[in-house]
Formats: sequence, structure tokens, C-alpha cells
Amino acid sequence: MINLSIQTGSNTPIYKQITDQVRLGVAAGKLAVDEQLPSIRALAERLVINPNTVARAYADLAREGLIESRAGRGVFVTRKRKMFTREEGWRRLEPLMAAVIGEAMVLDFTPQELREAFEKKLSQWKSAKGAE
Amino acid sequence: MNEETVIRTRGLTRYFGAEPAVYDLNLEVPRGCVFAYLGRNGSGKTTTIRMLLGLLEPTRGEGNLLGYDIRNLPPEVLARIGYLTEEHQLYSWMSVKQCGEFQSQFYSRWNEKIFRGVIGHFNLKPAARVKDLSRGERTGLCLGLTLAPEPELLVLDDPAVGLDPVAHRSLIESMIYLTRRSDRTIFFSSHQLADVERVADYLAVLDRGVLRVCCSLETFRNSVRQVRLRFPGAPPPVPIVPGLLQAFRTEDELRVICMHYDDATERALWALSPVQMEPVPLNLEDAFISYLGERGEKSFILSETEAQP
Repeated sequence: MINLSIQTGSNTPIYKQITDQVRLGVAAGKLAVDEQLPSIRALAERLVINPNTVARAYADLAREGLIESRAGRGVFVTRKRKMFTREEGWRRLEPLMAAVIGEAMVLDFTPQELREAFEKKLSQWKSAKGAE
Repeated sequence: MNEETVIRTRGLTRYFGAEPAVYDLNLEVPRGCVFAYLGRNGSGKTTTIRMLLGLLEPTRGEGNLLGYDIRNLPPEVLARIGYLTEEHQLYSWMSVKQCGEFQSQFYSRWNEKIFRGVIGHFNLKPAARVKDLSRGERTGLCLGLTLAPEPELLVLDDPAVGLDPVAHRSLIESMIYLTRRSDRTIFFSSHQLADVERVADYLAVLDRGVLRVCCSLETFRNSVRQVRLRFPGAPPPVPIVPGLLQAFRTEDELRVICMHYDDATERALWALSPVQMEPVPLNLEDAFISYLGERGEKSFILSETEAQP
């Protein structure tokens, strides 16, 4: 659980102070997957701010895939962080793959060696995931 | 008139002698919002509120409140409005409890639970006499009296004035509590930018009787921007940039605050050939002060439609 707080008179609008804190909380592991966030009304009353401001912050976080509203139960940190579209995901992944391949070439690895190393890593990752 | 508009004025004007206290006011307040009405002392806020509630005859122009002409508001419509004035009108010999009993006689709808809740929130004892109450306690009592009839529209004329921090917080909490009902509208005037930031959905700014801003809080914050330009030597003379509010020069820097900031503004600033240009965030108060300060051009109005990208 993280302790959300806001400040008036800041250069950062209140809704953005909330989204920044939740994002940071998720990234730093202070907010776990499936952890419940306060309801819009409850957070608005605790922070003494307009509920529409909290709703705005939650809507932004939901659009990023960081939180989701589960019918009748409340607002939760999502299991799956659907932060990017497939297309955007590839756009981010491609330079990393190019960097790995480029580095492998410089270090004189063959494509076959690279494929095998990649498969090995993938299966390690799969079994780790399966054991979870 | 739109069902969802609770306050609407068209060209509303009031003169005192030769001076217009409110000039050509076009205001629209949607149902269910918290609307902050801002401006310096003497800018016409109270005059506007008094006209809206039918307490002061407009010189010209039109106004509608909950769909009724403000020149002829029926009593049953007035009963749906809660009004908290700057000066609290109370009988000093009454107790808190008696004030509630007295006030409840005037309303067909009176929620005693709300009255007790509000006075409890302000830590008022029912047996306490009005004459012994502090400023904050009187505000709490008046707020209880105003909220108990469950008004559809709550009009607060500078409710925060003279309150200590605890009473002040209770006031803001009461306002937020009221937004539980999504069909309730709050229209309040204030000088407290921190309150506006906490509770307001929309804001309007009146400057010497003329409306300068009427938009959402977010639109206002996005529209007023500050940028810093760096130069190899002395900065050029302050340029003619559309929407320029204020400009500050130092030996190698020019800092400008503009409204309606857009690509055209940015091009005009780059045309000065600075070596570097960067945004400097502004808080709400800085934006507000640059808007109403003495320097800068002020011949335009910021409305929701104009601010759309």
C-alpha cells in the first residue's frame, strides 16, 4: 500500500501528482499486482479534493493499463500491464534486438549460436514462469 | 435553455452611477459542477451574485437561474437555492439549536441530519449562543442552515474569508461532501487559489466588471504557459507575441508568460533566435496573477471554445 498525498500550489496539477505517485508505486513495487486502490470517493474525501480530479487520474492510469475497475469490487492494480499497443511494443523491442544482434556479430558469434542461446533463455524464462 | 445549465447570463450589466460594476457578462454554469468565481476585490463578484439571486436589478441583459428569469424568481425556486453571504445574518440571542429550528420553519424540505452533521463537523454545541461564536463557528452554523434544506444550487460568496485553518478545512470538506449528489451545483467566489485547485471543475475570472476567463481548470492551466529563452548576449526587446501576458528580461534571458499558447506563439518566439527555449511550469496562483497583474496585454477573453486545439 502506498500513501498517496497531494500539494496545492504545486507546478504539477493535482491529477498528475496522483498518476505520478501510482506509476512510481507500481514501478518500485510498493503497489503489488491485484492490490486495491481507494475508491474515487474515498480518495477524494481523504485528500480533500474534487472527486472528478481523482476520476481523471484513475482514467489516465486505466488508459495506460496500470489499473482497472472491477465491477462492484473497486479499483485494482492490473495483472497485465498493457502499457503499450502491440505496434508500440515492437517499436520499442526492435532497437534492442538490433543491438543484441549487432553486438553478437562484433563478438564473432554465428547466427546458429545466437539462435541456440536465445532458445535456451526462452525455455529458462518459461520454466520460471511455470513454477510461479 | 439547456436543462443542464443552472446559471446562464447574456449581456448582464449593472451600473452604479456612471461606472459599470459588471459589464456584458455571459456566464454558463453546468449542472453538477463546482464553479469558482474569481477576481480581485471590487471586480463585481458580489454584484453578480446579488443579480443572479434577484436581490439587485440588472441595468440590462438577461439571466436565468434553474431555468427561471432572475428578474422574477418564484419563491419555490428560491427555496431550491442555498445562499451563504459574506456577512452572516444571524440573531445573536439565539442558540445554535434555535437557529436551526427557526430556519427550518421557512423550508418545506429540511434535513435535520445534515444540519446536525455540519454543526458537528465544525464542533458547535447546540446550546451555544450565536453572540459567543467565533468567526469560523458562525460560518459553520450558517453553512449548516444553508445546507439543511438540501439546495440544488449552492451559492457561496467568499465563504473562506476570516476562517482559521481548521474551520477552513471543514468548509472545503463540506463542499466536497456535497458533490456526493451529482445533480448538486456549487457556485462560489473566493480569493483562495488553493481551494479552487482542490474543489473547482470550472473557473471564471472577473476583472473590473469584465469576464476574462471562463473555462475548466485544466483548460486554464494548459492555456497559460511560461517559457524561458536564453540568448548569447542581451535579449532582444520584448516581442509582439499574440497572447503575451507578462515578460521579464535579465542580462541573457527572456521569460515570457503567454495565454492561448500554441504553435504560432512558439514560432514567434523562435523567430527571436534564442540559443535555447524551454518551458517553465507555472502554478495556478502564478498563472492567475500574471493574468490579472498590471503588466501585459489584456484585451482578450479565454473561453472553452476558443481554447480548443
